[in-house]
Amino acid sequence: MLRWLIGGGREPQGLAEKSSVQTIGEEQIQNPYTELLVLKGHQDIVRFLVQIDDCRYEIAFQIAFSKFLPLVFHVFIFQTGEKLFELHGHTHKITAIAPFSPSDASEEKKHLILTASADRTVIVWDCTSGRQVQKVSCFHSTVKCLTVLQRLDVWLSGGSDLCVWNRKLDLLCKTSHLTDAGISALVELPKNCVAAAVGKELIIFRLIASNEWSEGWNVLEVKRLVDHQDNILSLVSVNDLTFVTGSHVGELIVWDALDWTKQACECNFWDSSVHPDAQPEIKLSQSPNETSVQHLTSDEECVFAAVGKGIYVYNLQMKRVIACQRTAHDSSVLHIEKLPNRQLISCSEDGSVRIWELREKQQLPAEPVPTGFFNMWGFGRTNKQANQAAKKMQENTPMHFLELVGDLIGHSSAVQMFLYFGELGLATCSADHLVILWKDGERESRLRSLTLFQKLAQNGDLQLKV
Amino acid sequence: MISAPDVVAFTREEELEDELYNEPPLPEEYSVPLFPFASHGANPWAKVASSKFTRDFILISEFSEQVGPQPLLTIPDDAKVSGTFDLNYFSLRIMSVDYQASFVGHPPGSAYPKLNFVEDSKVVLGDSKEGAFAYVHHLTLYDLEARGFVRPFCMAYISADEHKIMQQFQELSAEFSKASECLKTGNRKAFANELEKKLKDLDYTRTVLHNETEIQKKANDKGYYTTQAIEKANELASVEKSIIEHQDLLKQIRSYPYRKLKESDFRPYEPECVLDQANTGCDQDLTTSDLAEPGETHLYAHVPSYTPKLIKAKSAKCFDKKLKTLEELCDIYFFTQTLDQLHQIERTFRGDVCYLLTDQISRALLKQQSVTNFLFEDVSFLDEKPPEKQYRGCQGLSQDAIDRKCSEESPAPKVVISLGSYKSSVECVPIKMEQEIEDSQEPKLTESVTFEHQENLDYLDADIKGSISSGESIEVLGTEKSASGLTKSESQASLPVSPSPQAGRSKVGSRRTVSEDSIEVLSTCPSESLIPEDFKASYPSAINEESYMDDEEGGLRFTPKLNPDNTEEQEDISKQENLVQVDSACCIGKESPNFLEPVPDLGQKPCDEDGVVRIPPQPYRPVEQGLRGSFGGFPSHDGVSGGLLPYELDSRYLAGNREVSKSSLDECSDSMSYISSAASTCSDRTPSPAHLACQASERHKKKAGQNALRFIRQYPFAHPAIYSLLSGRTLIVLGEEEAIVKKLVTALSIFVPNSGVYAKPVKHWVTSPLHVVDFQKWKLIGLQRVVSPAGVNMLHVLSRYSRYVSILDADSKTLRCPLYKGTLVSRLADHRTQIKRGSTYYMHVQSILTQLCSKAFLFTFCHHLHLPISEREPEESVVNRRMNFLKLQLGLANEDIKIVQYLAELLKLQYIQEPGQGVNPLLRFDYVPSFLYKI
Repeated sequence: MLRWLIGGGREPQGLAEKSSVQTIGEEQIQNPYTELLVLKGHQDIVRFLVQIDDCRYEIAFQIAFSKFLPLVFHVFIFQTGEKLFELHGHTHKITAIAPFSPSDASEEKKHLILTASADRTVIVWDCTSGRQVQKVSCFHSTVKCLTVLQRLDVWLSGGSDLCVWNRKLDLLCKTSHLTDAGISALVELPKNCVAAAVGKELIIFRLIASNEWSEGWNVLEVKRLVDHQDNILSLVSVNDLTFVTGSHVGELIVWDALDWTKQACECNFWDSSVHPDAQPEIKLSQSPNETSVQHLTSDEECVFAAVGKGIYVYNLQMKRVIACQRTAHDSSVLHIEKLPNRQLISCSEDGSVRIWELREKQQLPAEPVPTGFFNMWGFGRTNKQANQAAKKMQENTPMHFLELVGDLIGHSSAVQMFLYFGELGLATCSADHLVILWKDGERESRLRSLTLFQKLAQNGDLQLKV
Repeated sequence: MISAPDVVAFTREEELEDELYNEPPLPEEYSVPLFPFASHGANPWAKVASSKFTRDFILISEFSEQVGPQPLLTIPDDAKVSGTFDLNYFSLRIMSVDYQASFVGHPPGSAYPKLNFVEDSKVVLGDSKEGAFAYVHHLTLYDLEARGFVRPFCMAYISADEHKIMQQFQELSAEFSKASECLKTGNRKAFANELEKKLKDLDYTRTVLHNETEIQKKANDKGYYTTQAIEKANELASVEKSIIEHQDLLKQIRSYPYRKLKESDFRPYEPECVLDQANTGCDQDLTTSDLAEPGETHLYAHVPSYTPKLIKAKSAKCFDKKLKTLEELCDIYFFTQTLDQLHQIERTFRGDVCYLLTDQISRALLKQQSVTNFLFEDVSFLDEKPPEKQYRGCQGLSQDAIDRKCSEESPAPKVVISLGSYKSSVECVPIKMEQEIEDSQEPKLTESVTFEHQENLDYLDADIKGSISSGESIEVLGTEKSASGLTKSESQASLPVSPSPQAGRSKVGSRRTVSEDSIEVLSTCPSESLIPEDFKASYPSAINEESYMDDEEGGLRFTPKLNPDNTEEQEDISKQENLVQVDSACCIGKESPNFLEPVPDLGQKPCDEDGVVRIPPQPYRPVEQGLRGSFGGFPSHDGVSGGLLPYELDSRYLAGNREVSKSSLDECSDSMSYISSAASTCSDRTPSPAHLACQASERHKKKAGQNALRFIRQYPFAHPAIYSLLSGRTLIVLGEEEAIVKKLVTALSIFVPNSGVYAKPVKHWVTSPLHVVDFQKWKLIGLQRVVSPAGVNMLHVLSRYSRYVSILDADSKTLRCPLYKGTLVSRLADHRTQIKRGSTYYMHVQSILTQLCSKAFLFTFCHHLHLPISEREPEESVVNRRMNFLKLQLGLANEDIKIVQYLAELLKLQYIQEPGQGVNPLLRFDYVPSFLYKI
C-alpha cells in the first residue's frame, strides 16, 4: 500500500512481510466493529476511561487526561456520544480516577467520581449534576491510586501513605509515611485486607473496625512481601483466593489472597528455554522495557499479561503459559482485556487496537480448507499468513494459540486504554486527544430503525392520512 | 430521437471535444421530422414571434396631464430590446385600461382636498397586432404640482408569450407589488418633503404679506382701504387657506394607513440597511415608521437648511411648468431600489416560460420530498421565503384566509386567483367562449363565488371600495379555483396521496378558454382611504374594452376540438400549414390539467417513445396533503407485508427502464438538453434560471457535469470510484497539481450524497496529513502529494487508514478501492454515453440518483424490513426479509445493496436527528479488500 503510494503503481505487499508483527488483511469477517464515532473535546492525552453507571442503559463514561493544561474531564453518554459535562477543578494532571456508585444502604443515590491529581488534591464529583461535591487537599504527596471498597462503603487513597475515607469525606485513618515513591497500585483482598504495591514491595494492610464508633476503621500493616526484583507495575485480583502481580522485569507472581504466600512464579517470559523456537532477534533485543508486565487481566482460569509487545496467557491450574503472541503489536501493549467469548482485546502504543481469539489447536486443521480458491486474493493472503502464524504457534504452545481476528485503526497515537461495553461496543482513548467509540454497525443500524419507527409513531406519521 | 446534426447545432461550446462522438447520422426512417421552425431557433411550442421586440422587457409609462400617455423608461435600458416596437402606442394601450382612476381633489361636501390611498391595479392585456402581451401594474404617485395631486403611472411586463404572462401572473404580481410598494414609499416621503417646503414657503409668504399689510395700514390712516390693501388682504386670506389645506394634506400623507401591518405579516418596504440609508444622505426622519405615527408634527424640524421663498399670488399656468420626473417624484434611495427590483424581475422572468415552469415544478416537488431531498439535491433555496407567502403578505391577508388558500391550492393549469388573497374581482370580456357546454355550469359557480366574495369583502375590510362586479359579462376568474376546490375535495377522499387524474379532469369543465384577442382585466378593487364616505360614489365598474381585433380570425384560430388527451391530433394540427395561428390554441389545449397530473413520474411521461418532449411543463401547485400522505401510505403493520408497493415501484422503474435499454435513457436526456438548449439559443430569449441565487450553482452544476463526463470517459475505473462515493467510503484524490485535483473533485462531487449546504462533505484541497476525524466529516477529499519527508508521512497516514478510504491517484492514474460488481453505477456513468453536454449529464445523474433515493426511502420506511412482525420472530428472518427485499423487490445486485443501505442510514440519521443538535457524523465502514485499478 505505502510503496504503491510512494512508488506509484507497484503492488502493496512490502510492509506486512517485513515486520514480524502478525497482520490481518482488510477483510475481517469476525470483526464486529463497523462503525465509529470520534469524540473530540479533550485538549491533551486522554488517559483513563471509567464507566460510571449503567442503570439508565445509556452508559456514561468519563475521561481524565494528563499533562499540565487546565484540567478538564468530560462525561459522555456512550450511546450517542453526547457530551454531558466538562468538569474543571484540578490544576495538574490527573493521576487516578475511580467511580463510587451509591451503596445499597445509603439513601442518596448519587453517583460519585473520585479524581486524584498531581496537584495533591482529590476531588469528589457528582455525576448527575456535574458539580464538584468536595475537594480534599490535605495530602502531602500526589495520590497515585484510589480504590473504593464498596462493601465497607469507604475509599482508600494511596500516595506516600494510605488513607481511608468514608463517603462523607471524613478521614477515618491513615498509615504512617511509607516511602517517597508512594503506593503505585492497590487491590482489595478478602477479610478487609488490601494489597498495596510500593516499589518492589507488596504490603498487605488490614482494616480493623475501631470500637469507638461504628464507622471508624483502623488500618494495620500486616505483611510485607519482597519477592519481586523490580518495581511492581500491575496488580490484579483474580478471585477470592488469588491475586497476581507483575513487575518491570517481567516477573509474574501468583499469590494466595488469604495467607499471602506465593503460589507460582513465572519470571521468564523472554526465556528461550520455555519457548525453544523463539526468534533470536527478540532475545537479542531484550530490554527491561520489552519484558515489563504492563497490564494484567484475568478470568477464572487464566491470567492474561501484557508483557512488552506481546501477550501471554497463563493458566492458573496448569501454572504455565498456554498461549502467547510475542509480538502482538509494533510497540508496547498498554492495556488488555478478556471478553466473555474467548476473545481478548489489546491496545498499544503503536495506536492500534487488536482483537484476538484464544483457540484450541485442534481446530486448526479444519480452518484453511475453504479459502483460497474462490475468494479474492486479499482474503487468501490473509489466511495464509494467519496459517503461518498459527503453525508457528503450534510448535511453541501445544495447547492454544491466539489468533488475530481483527484490528481497529483510528488513533494516530498511543492508545492508552479502552473500555469494553459488551454488545454496545468499545471505547478507546488515546494520546491523540481523541476518544473513539467503536460499535457494531449492524446493531446500530437496527437501533436507528427502531428509533425511527418510534419517532414516526410519535409524530403520528404512521397513521394513514385520509 | 433527435438526429445528431440537430443536437450538434446546440452544442457549439463542446464541439471540439465531441468530435470523437460524431456518429453517422441515422437513416431517414428513424429520424423525427424536424420541427418546421427549428431553423429559427425556436422550440417546438414557442410562439412564432410576430412581435417586434426581441425579448421581454419592463416598460414604465406615465399618463402625463400635459402630453398624455408616454413611455418613461424600459428595463433593460437598451434600445435594441424594444426594437421597432411602438412604445408610445403601447403606453397608450396600457394606460387606457386603468379603469380604476383614483379620485383625488375636492370631494363634494368636503372643504379640503383629500388624498386617497389607492391600491394598485393589476391588469393583463393582450395586443395581438403588436404580438405583445403585458402584465400591467398601475399605480399612482403623489405630486403637489400635479392635477389633483396625483400622477398615474404604470409598470408593465411585456412579453411575446401570452402564457408566460398568464401562468406567471401570481409571481409577477407579487414581484411588481413589491416594487410598486417601494416606489410609493419613496414617493410618500418625497411628497411629504415637498409639502413641508411648500408650507414653509406659505408661512414665509404669509409673514411677508402680513408685514406689508401692517405697513400699508400704518402708512395710510385715511380710514378706508385702498384696492391695494384689499388685494393684499385677499391674498393673505388665500395664503392662510392654502396653509391649512397643505397642513391637512401633510397630516394625511403622514397617516398613511399601516394598519395592514397588524393584520398580517405584511411588511412595508423598508430599506435593507438603515445605515445605508443614512449614508446616502437622505434625511432619515421620514422613514416609514415615522410616517406611521400620525401625531408627529415637528414640521419644520426636518429641513432646516431650506430657505423659504415667496410664493407669488398667481402661480404659473400649469402648462408652462415642467412636471417632475419620476426620479424627482420619488426619494432617490427608494427610486434606485425600485429600479434594482425591476431589474431583478426582468432577470427572473427572462427566458422561455417552460424554463420557469420546470423550475417551479421541480421546486414544488422537492419541497414535498422533505425526507430525502437532502441526499442529492441542492436544498438551499428551500430556506428562502417562498414567493407565495410574500404575496399573501402583500395582500394583507388574514391567517385563516391563508390557510384556506393552502387547502384549496390545486394544480390548476391556469393562473389561479384566490379570492381571499386578491380581494378582487376579475372582469373578462371574452371574445369567444369555445366550450359552450361549460356555460351551464358557470353561472352557478359564479354566483356562489360572488357570494363568497362579498362575504369576504365585508369580513375583511369595512372601508373597502365598492365591488365593481356588474353585469353578465363579468366572470370571476376565481371561479375555477373554488370549483376545483370543490371537486377536489370530493375526489380526494379516495385518493389522498397525490393529485389524482380524476380531480384534474373534472376541472376541465370549468376551465375558461382564453382567446388571444380577449382582454382580461384583473383588478384589485379595494383601495383604502382615510375617509370611507368618499367611496360612496360609484365608479365605472368594468371596462368594456372592446377589442378591435378581428373576431373571425380569432374563431379560425381556435380549432374547435380541444381534446387535451389527444396529443396526436395536436401533432397533426401542428403540422398544418397555418401553424402560426394554431399554435396558441395548441398550447392552450395542452395546458389542460391532464398533462399536469402525471407529475409524480415526471421523468417519464413528457417523453414519448421517441424521446421527444412534446408537452411543455405546467405550473404546479403543491398539494400540501401529499407530504404527510406520502408517509401514511407506507408503513402499516400488515398492509404492506405482501410487498405490494415495492412491486409497483419495481415495475415502473426497473422493468421500464431496463427494457427500454440504457440508450433510451440517454436519448431522453439528450432531448431534454435539446429543449433547454433551444430555449437558450432561441434568438430572442436568453436563458435564465428563475432565481438569481441559483445562477452560480447552475454554472457549477454545468461545470461539474462536464468534468464528470470527461472523468467517466477518461478513466475506465470510474465505476468503482463512484461506487465508493455512493457507499459512503471516503475517496481521496491524490495529486501534485492543485488544478487537476480540484477538477476531479468537482467532477466527482455530484455523486456525493448529503452534499447539501450543511454537511459539506467535499473538501477540494488539503495539504496537511489526514486524520480519522476527517474521514468522518469529508467523503471526497483532494489531497496534495508532496515530495518531501512530510509527504511521506502523509502517505504513511494514508496507508494506515487505507481501510476507510479509496485513493485515486491523479498523477499515475490509478485507483485503489474495493471491487464493484453492481449494475447501478454503469447506468449512472456509462463511458459510451451519448450525452454531450455537462448540464444534460448532470440531469441524467440527478434522475438516476433520485430513483436511488426513492429506493432508499422505501427501504428505510418499510416497517417489517427492520422490525420483527411478531414478537417471537427471530432476528435472522428479519435480516432475510430485508435482503430479499433489497435483492428481489428493489432489484439490487451485489454492491448496489450497500449503496442503498448507506443512503438508508443517512435517511435514518437525518430523520431521528433532534432539531436542535446536528447529526453526529458517524463513520461506517466495511472490512473489504481493496484492489488496484490502472488505466
